Amino acid sequence: MSTNAPTALIAEDEPLLAMALQIELARAWPALQIVASVGDGVSAVRQALALQPDVLFFDIRMPGMDGLEAAAELAEQWPQTGKAFPALVFVTAYDQYAVQAFEAQAVDYLLKPLQAPRLQKTIGKLQLALAKPAQSAINFEATLSQLRGLLGATGAVTGITPLTVIQASVGNSIRMVPVDDVLCFEAADKYVRVLTFDREYLIRTPLKELLDQLDTKVFWQIHRGTVVRALAIESVTRDEAGKTSVSLRGLKEKFTVSRLYAHLFKAM
Amino acid sequence: MKIDWIVKLRHFLETTAFCLTIAGLHYAFRPDRAYEPPLVYSLLIGWTTWLIIDFGRLLLPSARENGWPTGLWGKIFPMVGIALGYGIGTTLADRWFGWSTWAEASQQQLFLSALLSAVIGIIITFYFYSARKSEVLTEKVDQATRLATEARLKLLEAQLEPHMLFNTLANLRMLIAIDAPRAQDMLDHIIAYLRATLSASRASSHPLQREFDRLHDYLELMTVRMGPRLRYTLDLPTELAQHSVPTLLLQPLVENSIQHGLEPKVEGGSLTISARCDGNTMVLEVVDTGLGFDPTDPSFTHPALPDKGFGVQQIRERLEAVYGSSGTIEFVAPHAGGTRATVRFPYQS
Repeated sequence: MSTNAPTALIAEDEPLLAMALQIELARAWPALQIVASVGDGVSAVRQALALQPDVLFFDIRMPGMDGLEAAAELAEQWPQTGKAFPALVFVTAYDQYAVQAFEAQAVDYLLKPLQAPRLQKTIGKLQLALAKPAQSAINFEATLSQLRGLLGATGAVTGITPLTVIQASVGNSIRMVPVDDVLCFEAADKYVRVLTFDREYLIRTPLKELLDQLDTKVFWQIHRGTVVRALAIESVTRDEAGKTSVSLRGLKEKFTVSRLYAHLFKAM
Repeated sequence: MKIDWIVKLRHFLETTAFCLTIAGLHYAFRPDRAYEPPLVYSLLIGWTTWLIIDFGRLLLPSARENGWPTGLWGKIFPMVGIALGYGIGTTLADRWFGWSTWAEASQQQLFLSALLSAVIGIIITFYFYSARKSEVLTEKVDQATRLATEARLKLLEAQLEPHMLFNTLANLRMLIAIDAPRAQDMLDHIIAYLRATLSASRASSHPLQREFDRLHDYLELMTVRMGPRLRYTLDLPTELAQHSVPTLLLQPLVENSIQHGLEPKVEGGSLTISARCDGNTMVLEVVDTGLGFDPTDPSFTHPALPDKGFGVQQIRERLEAVYGSSGTIEFVAPHAGGTRATVRFPYQS
């Protein structure tokens, strides 16, 4: 598809560093066309959708939305038909956990300050990937799986005992809600909604923290902000727009499944 | 209550050693008499007294902290323990031999043996008491040293944060290529910043002028990095410039404002650092127009970075160490957004 010159988007909040990347790229890969350079995650998603470049260079720490979240959001909104999902390269100055996660997921990344030989290696890989557009569907699945791995890698959490009861405050009292009764956790603004068969509670513990303490075989994450009890899932439906949603036994609400987690629901 | 059985075993063995020594001495002075009675009496009195005192003290509330009761109880309790130990121990030994000391011994003999037991009991108890006391003292000194080292390490770590360091160097690398004079200027600020950070753990105070100079270095570095997203004002009246202030007191507050307030905000904002004299009080303020925080927001009460609150807590401790209760820090997030940190301490003319 990319018979024309390859295009790239740079998302980096420090102006001099964005310029540095641009200059280094111009030197090492003159054919590459930088179509936009943005300074925050939200603009990165918007511009990437509008310009559909071949390559994305995303800084990890950015205001608004960080590089990882921006990549996940972009994967969510990327049109299914048409151009292949861009090749992702993350850029970071120093993030021990992020770098470990990149290595584990075999995601390409660059360290700041940029080193010419390392950039050359990355460019080599990118050129190879762009030369084989036929694999784009496979690549997209691989990217989704990588992003899932990266978003799931939260620091070093080990030895946390699984949660058995949720302490939710109702008025002046604390209600003890057994985790076995919970059908769904859903992030809502600053709270997390805890849904049981007959009631709804609000708690303040962030969903990410709860996730670390839940048995992932019992509770499935189906969206950035939604975790459901797998055995309570009644049906999974796909609408014409390609959006997947699940309904749970005992609840009227439907819950959207994000593209990142759609792999959980393939017909046997 | 948790009982350390290893320590108790050690105490038991030590008591036994004491009793054997006493019995041995007794036998050495009167080799013509049987060795058995002094041995049995000594051991039984010693063990009973040990049982009563070593376990009994755990029940006294004032012994909770250091293991020994304090105040009047600290004196009465060992006495009661020794008297009881003597009575019960003697009775038990009487059983062993099948006679009764209370009925058969003369008034004088009884008095002598009771006095001897009391003196020896006090010596042994005092031995255990001072051993425990020096143990507690050593523990306290160790803990204080550890805390001080930890605080210094944390300060250094926060200031030489790798993310800040590498991003700054990446910026510098770019400047060298496109604007050498500006690169040199930036390098000068880096040098001053590093020097101040590394020496801050040695000196405990410096003039306000120096404090503001160091903030200027840091903010210049951040301006290169953030570009137009960061604007700042430093306001230090000349008459206050030489007033002494704990080293790098404001640095953590300014870093907080940048890292948690302005850097994560898409459009950036401004930072104002000011000093003024309010009667007898010096007032230092760091005000930013960043993201601010909502105290009810779980991401603030459960911060992603465990050291997020470190800056304010550390400043509070340092102020208290230097000025006592007259050094205060107030950290607020007004509704309009941003944060305002106000540090107050006595003004010395």
